[in-house]
Amino acid sequence: MTTALDRPVKPPQVFPSLSTRRKTVNNLATVLVFGSFIVAMVPLIWVLYTVFSRGLTALTSDDWFTRSMRGVLPFFEGGGAYHAMVGTLMQGAVAALFAIPIGLMVSIYLVEYADGSRLGRVTTFMVDILSGVPSIVAALFIYALWITTFGFSKSGFAVALALLLLMLPIVVRSGEEMLRIVPMDLREAAYALGVPKWKTIARIVIPTALPGIITGLMLAVARVIGEAAPLLILVGYATYINYNMLEGEMGSLPGMMIAELNNPSGPGRDRLWGAALTLVLIIALLNIVANLISRYTGAKKK
Amino acid sequence: MNVNAKLPEDPVTTRLHRGRAGRPGDAIFAGLARGAALFVTAVIAAIGVFLLWRAMPALTRNEVNFLTSREWRTFTPDSLAFGVLDLFLVTVFVSAFALFLAMPVALGIAIFITQYAPKQTKKGLGYLVDLLAAVPSVVYGLWGLLVLAPALQPVAAFLHENFGWFFLFSAENEGLVEAGFTIFTAGIVLAVMILPIITAITREVFTQTPTAQVEAALALGATKWEVVRTTVIPFGKSGYVSGSMLGLGRALGETMAIYIVLATASSDFRWSLFEGGQTIASKIASGYAEINNELQAGAYIAAGLVLFVLTFAVNAAARAIVAGKGVH
Repeated sequence: MTTALDRPVKPPQVFPSLSTRRKTVNNLATVLVFGSFIVAMVPLIWVLYTVFSRGLTALTSDDWFTRSMRGVLPFFEGGGAYHAMVGTLMQGAVAALFAIPIGLMVSIYLVEYADGSRLGRVTTFMVDILSGVPSIVAALFIYALWITTFGFSKSGFAVALALLLLMLPIVVRSGEEMLRIVPMDLREAAYALGVPKWKTIARIVIPTALPGIITGLMLAVARVIGEAAPLLILVGYATYINYNMLEGEMGSLPGMMIAELNNPSGPGRDRLWGAALTLVLIIALLNIVANLISRYTGAKKK
Repeated sequence: MNVNAKLPEDPVTTRLHRGRAGRPGDAIFAGLARGAALFVTAVIAAIGVFLLWRAMPALTRNEVNFLTSREWRTFTPDSLAFGVLDLFLVTVFVSAFALFLAMPVALGIAIFITQYAPKQTKKGLGYLVDLLAAVPSVVYGLWGLLVLAPALQPVAAFLHENFGWFFLFSAENEGLVEAGFTIFTAGIVLAVMILPIITAITREVFTQTPTAQVEAALALGATKWEVVRTTVIPFGKSGYVSGSMLGLGRALGETMAIYIVLATASSDFRWSLFEGGQTIASKIASGYAEINNELQAGAYIAAGLVLFVLTFAVNAAARAIVAGKGVH
């Protein structure tokens, strides 16, 4: 067996070796690039770890998911976040209820009808503006419109309206994106069969894009559900359950966090982190479901 | 065959034709879609108009100059005094500090995910960074106040002790440095919050770098970093800048994290990181109890209008950069 001369002792040098400076700069850049990723992961893991480790005490108590804070004194143990979860979910649901039809119709207009028209361009521009509007400004606008001008009282519904404003650009954008990737062939096939345009959109285009639209909607709900700024201005915080969206104060998870922040006792801190963990879990759940829908059904991006 | 001969009446085409002329469904549906677009456009236009309209009564009663005064006195409707200068400066300062911290890190992550990370993990890593955006700002505020501020305390103390002569690190109120509820802490929290926005846009632009350019650089013997420096970064620069501007827009309007973290010390703004203060957004949030009287509310709405214009200008600039360079 020949073992000695399988390959040359020294590989032939096709390229001259790198200068030390270039090698050093390259290595340094690699370290910096890896480092920046690690730097970004630190707060993420830190935040999540803190919320989980400190929030678990409250979450594992018996009453957390079944009781409100009614009659629970701030410095004593007990109580739960049921009222806050109900409030947060109701406000999110009402906002979504309005955001779906309006946002979807806007994206249908932009994709199917606008065709470079002036209204189409103006609408895209306006939706862009809306996506940059701070939540506190959206809340002030709803205050100026709904409460000062129309004379309604502060309520959960007013918050839902502010959330709707924050949701709309996300719903419109994702709807637009999903409708655009429906193949033109499908529409043309329907037209060729003599199906009216509106029926083509309602029966063929939308169902094809539906999983993507639902995904976008769930992400939109997840994005706005943790907004606390509108709560401060548009509804007070209630420690009891209020199913009435149109009147009275209402509990919510961000509201509960702000309320318990002023309570430095041990039970107060437990409830504070418990509310934070509950909120993060609800948002995570919405995100996971949205991801599962987009992974296992229908149209794919790209 | 005579092609000009009149074709016999085709029952299918006539039916289609008649159908098209009188399809009420199409007209209604198109009307609905157009109506929705008009409605949303009108609502968004109304935001600016309404804020201005509602701010007017308070602005006419304002006893100090709205834009140049630092005073804020709105407890009684009879003597309103509100100037946004300090709020405006704190807003810009803390956001600029956050941007200063977030920009290099975001660039690094975007390069890491698009150029360095193994192909199979790219999507997952991007998702991980996006997770940062999913955490609500009130949770960041909570974390900033109860966890980050105490943890940063030694760093803040070190900076203040050794570089206190420099205006950025000077402090009028030593207790604030001790407690940590400063612009320094708030800016770091903000930087974490805007990181995913900048990263997402930069990443997207970087992935579109033409392969030919990358291969050309490689063929010339460039190292990995030289490839990035000569092809990826020049190509994605405008996307990176506009992403950063969008991040800045988000930072300017961020409310809850600042409201929770920043101490509302009311000394004059002095361009120092170890001061408290209030941004426009956090001022509005902390004034929520006062927002029930039309005049007092008007003062806060006027401040909100300034914030609206400011974020609009920044976002519009970001979009203009994207549009100018033809990057999507």
